[in-house]
Amino acid sequence: MVPDPLSGVLPAYGRHMARSPSSPAFWRSPVRGPWFTSVLGVVLLVGITVLFVTGLLSYASYNPDLSPVNDKTPDKGVLGFYLFSWPTDPPWLYRLNQGVHVTLGIALIPVLLAKLWSVVPKLFALPPARSLAHALERISLLLLVGGALFEFVTGVLNVQLDYLFPGSFYPLHFYGAWVFFAAFVTHAVLRVPTAVRNLRGLRDEGRLREEDPLRGDASPRGGEELVSPAPAEPTVSRRGALWFVGGGSLLLFGTTVGQNFDGPLRATAVLAPHGGSEPGSGPAGFQINKTAASRGITAAETSEEAWRLVVEGRGGTVRLSREELLGLSLHSSALPIACVEGWSTSDQWWRGVRLRDLAALVGYEADAAPDVLVESLQRRGAFRRAALRDNQVRDSRSLLALFVNGEPLTPDHGYPARIIVPAAPGVLNTKWVARMTFGDL
Amino acid sequence: MKRPAMKLPAMKRPVLKRPLNRSVLMRRPVVGSPLQLLLLACSFALAGYAGVRLLADDWFGVALWFVGAALLHDLVLVPLYAVADRAVVRALGAAGRREWTMYVRVPAALSGLLLLVWFPLISGRVASGYESAIGLPGDVFLGRWLLVTAVLFAGSAVLFVLRLRRAAKERPPVVH
Repeated sequence: MVPDPLSGVLPAYGRHMARSPSSPAFWRSPVRGPWFTSVLGVVLLVGITVLFVTGLLSYASYNPDLSPVNDKTPDKGVLGFYLFSWPTDPPWLYRLNQGVHVTLGIALIPVLLAKLWSVVPKLFALPPARSLAHALERISLLLLVGGALFEFVTGVLNVQLDYLFPGSFYPLHFYGAWVFFAAFVTHAVLRVPTAVRNLRGLRDEGRLREEDPLRGDASPRGGEELVSPAPAEPTVSRRGALWFVGGGSLLLFGTTVGQNFDGPLRATAVLAPHGGSEPGSGPAGFQINKTAASRGITAAETSEEAWRLVVEGRGGTVRLSREELLGLSLHSSALPIACVEGWSTSDQWWRGVRLRDLAALVGYEADAAPDVLVESLQRRGAFRRAALRDNQVRDSRSLLALFVNGEPLTPDHGYPARIIVPAAPGVLNTKWVARMTFGDL
Repeated sequence: MKRPAMKLPAMKRPVLKRPLNRSVLMRRPVVGSPLQLLLLACSFALAGYAGVRLLADDWFGVALWFVGAALLHDLVLVPLYAVADRAVVRALGAAGRREWTMYVRVPAALSGLLLLVWFPLISGRVASGYESAIGLPGDVFLGRWLLVTAVLFAGSAVLFVLRLRRAAKERPPVVH
């Protein structure tokens, strides 16, 4: 541990000035300083950029520009400028994207908290504004800090199904991300040069410090005001504090990432919502997003006698029982289930009727199959109706699945029939399908 | 040591063509850098564009969450854990066990971090909705968190004992 040369000299100063948080001497941790803040800042710069990009990709994966039923943010305007037809290859694309988005987001929480802690004296700094630009920058910092916390809190609550926030998750998290990102880019442009200068300079100085352990961390590169003028006796070195933050990230990562894998790896995700155990055993024992009971799906309406699939297209309307569907040409594909909440399963072996073959039943060429609107038996819920784009319908791995892993679907996995499309987010893989309307949406 | 002579043309000091306007120098600190202002204006324009959409449904609730998150963090969470940390450091210092500090602080903070992130699950406040939607038991998280906490403290204790033993071995026996 590095003994602090100042702590012996300035105790009275420290005690005297400690009354107001606007006084620099109120903040006594010897860990605060440009190096600590710069390292955390650079980690967040990279990490949050990845979160923003994977978040935008996740939004695109819903194909919100295809149909209003897929779009929970119809007023997005130019914020949807980048939208594109979500591909079906590679089939694990959404699984990877969303696993990274949620797992990385959770692992970055300690870094965010440490970064905010490291700069908290600046919040109370006086005068409140030195210039117009400084005043505006401080308002921008409210958007930055409020936005970061808003995004992390809504995300963390949503994956735990705790819908406390004031409104629907999609618009809050999407528009909130843009407000945050506006402030984030500004902050990055204004501060990254300082952070890089600090890290470069201090790396060179590190060699000098090895020769002289009493050397301080106060070279004039920006951020020196973070160094306490009256530091308390250190209980941990700056490097030690950084290891501590990294340890927190590692712990969260290690207890979360397993919810993207099966078997013993899932068991390691002890506190994650879809970690620990599987809901059942056997072929259909894998993770469930919403059970049949929770969506009000009864055995009576899915029975052989009651249930009929209605397929509509320009060639007319066809009504098919499950028995009749079994008589059509059946195909298999191995595809994962991946949820926006950041959990997924490895490939399941699905068997059913190709979506392109269903399109052919109602008057389309399979290779020129159009978009389709899929409706579930489900009466409530945000995605009881979902639209798939033509590229998804035409993909020969896209199925109206009747079996999974060699057995008929279970009610919780969508019996009598469900959609499964490569690389699509879970909510577009509609369960308990009742009606499919082919045509350009 | 002699400095190398600065003869390269690129290193020459730029010659000011006209004297600096005094009023510009005076105004500068009040307004700030124009580039910075331009950047902030762009930022606020984008934030405003997204912000009106963010606030469209329940402007008060969303504003409360946005600003409240920052205030709650800076004025409640930070003081709370800072005070708790200081209490641990002081208590161990007063007990003459300053070397224990990191071995208490690290597992306690990690356990607190897990509680903070997974509070809805650990507290059981979403247990019934969770159970009904996902089909997994919703009341297991408190037990798991306590178990992880126990493992963290136990691991810390083992490290501490190992350190003490190593220190005892390295130190020559005290002669009475």
